Amino acid sequence: MNEGKKMRVLMAKPGLDGHERGAHVVAHGLRDAGFEVIYTGLRQTTAQIVNTAVQEDVDVVGLSILSGAHLSLSQKVIDGLKNAGAEDVMVIIGGIVPDEDIPSLKKMGVREVFTAGTPVSEIANFITRST
Amino acid sequence: MKITKTVENSWQSLVDGVQAGNIRAMARLITQVENREPGWKDAMKAIYPHTGSARILGITGSPGAGKSTLTCEIADELVKRGHQIGIIAVDPSSPFSGGALLGDRLRMKKIFTLKEVFIRSMATRGTLGGMSQAARDVARIMDAFGKDVILIETVGVGQDEIEVVKTADRVMMVCIPGQGDNIQALKAGVMEIADLYVVNKADMPGADEVMADIYAMLELSSEAGQPTPPVLKTSALKNQGIRELVATLMADSTESNRHDDKEEMRIKEEIFSLVEDEVLRFLRRRWEENGEIAEAARQMIEQKKDPYSIVAELLNQFI
Repeated sequence: MNEGKKMRVLMAKPGLDGHERGAHVVAHGLRDAGFEVIYTGLRQTTAQIVNTAVQEDVDVVGLSILSGAHLSLSQKVIDGLKNAGAEDVMVIIGGIVPDEDIPSLKKMGVREVFTAGTPVSEIANFITRST
Repeated sequence: MKITKTVENSWQSLVDGVQAGNIRAMARLITQVENREPGWKDAMKAIYPHTGSARILGITGSPGAGKSTLTCEIADELVKRGHQIGIIAVDPSSPFSGGALLGDRLRMKKIFTLKEVFIRSMATRGTLGGMSQAARDVARIMDAFGKDVILIETVGVGQDEIEVVKTADRVMMVCIPGQGDNIQALKAGVMEIADLYVVNKADMPGADEVMADIYAMLELSSEAGQPTPPVLKTSALKNQGIRELVATLMADSTESNRHDDKEEMRIKEEIFSLVEDEVLRFLRRRWEENGEIAEAARQMIEQKKDPYSIVAELLNQFI
């Protein structure tokens, strides 16, 4: 890896929930960990997220989901990335996700799920370790 | 959208991909050039012959002036006119962590999925001068891909950011009502480089006063007989004045002489910036490897020498 290499992370909120606080906290935390964080705000369609991930050539897509629609939204993002030839982009999820859904999410290709209360440093460490 | 299944990371395949219209190849090439990964200059040499047809527009102004929203509206209008758009949105890196929060896309949602638009967020990464060269390189990659209008958006404060917009063919300065400081900011450098002034948020009170301020300032700084840059009013949020603005931005310049001078100045600056980079890199490697810089630092810590003499001695071997 080159010295000039910076980890680039897209923080996105897919779907219709309007709670941005968690995404803000994580975006700031990752910036402070030395990452370049692209923040796109609320109510993104999965197509917008995939397009952004490809254009920005991010290493990681972080989805913040509190709406309960994590299974279908994650599937759409992962499928979209695959169709765009970007299946090497790591997808992680943060938000409110019931424990029993985590295995299904991982099976579809989500690398990790960070539920409420996770320290941002843990997310940063995970990204650094896994990319 | 034309995207091949996989992207190989070799320079040649990325350059070929860019010319073939592969979006992922363009995105990856931009990353590697931005990171200055070994071989980046060879890639740019291969890209360069395919550049030169795009019009590069710099958009600058104080934080909160509405640059991103305006950039989005301009891009949207240009797409309607049949153009292919590249956007480079620059935000500062944190000087403490080296990280960055790149938020310009927040205001550009409506053009995210237009196939004619490619948006790239760039952090300044704290390399003085290096940023403007990196932005220039990214613009060239977009140009080679087939984008015919490239918008570079950046906060116009500080040396680095002004250097970035200087790489553009035309520079647009975005002002807003209710910010006396705005005019002060203009004086500090952008004044000389802006080709066009926009008073955005013109639906708010005070827009006419800002217009008058800008006119007065332009009158002071322009030479007799020279045309002064246009000043336009817009409301990006309400989509007012955008069509007129785009028409002005895309109008062919009648001041060919001035632009030739500008072109020459830009080329010289680019050469100097590349030379500076190479020379510094060379010296840094050499002096760190042969220990001269460590020795110099030690002598200063022990207060045996001053930094001016040290620099003179270090450079003596070359001059």
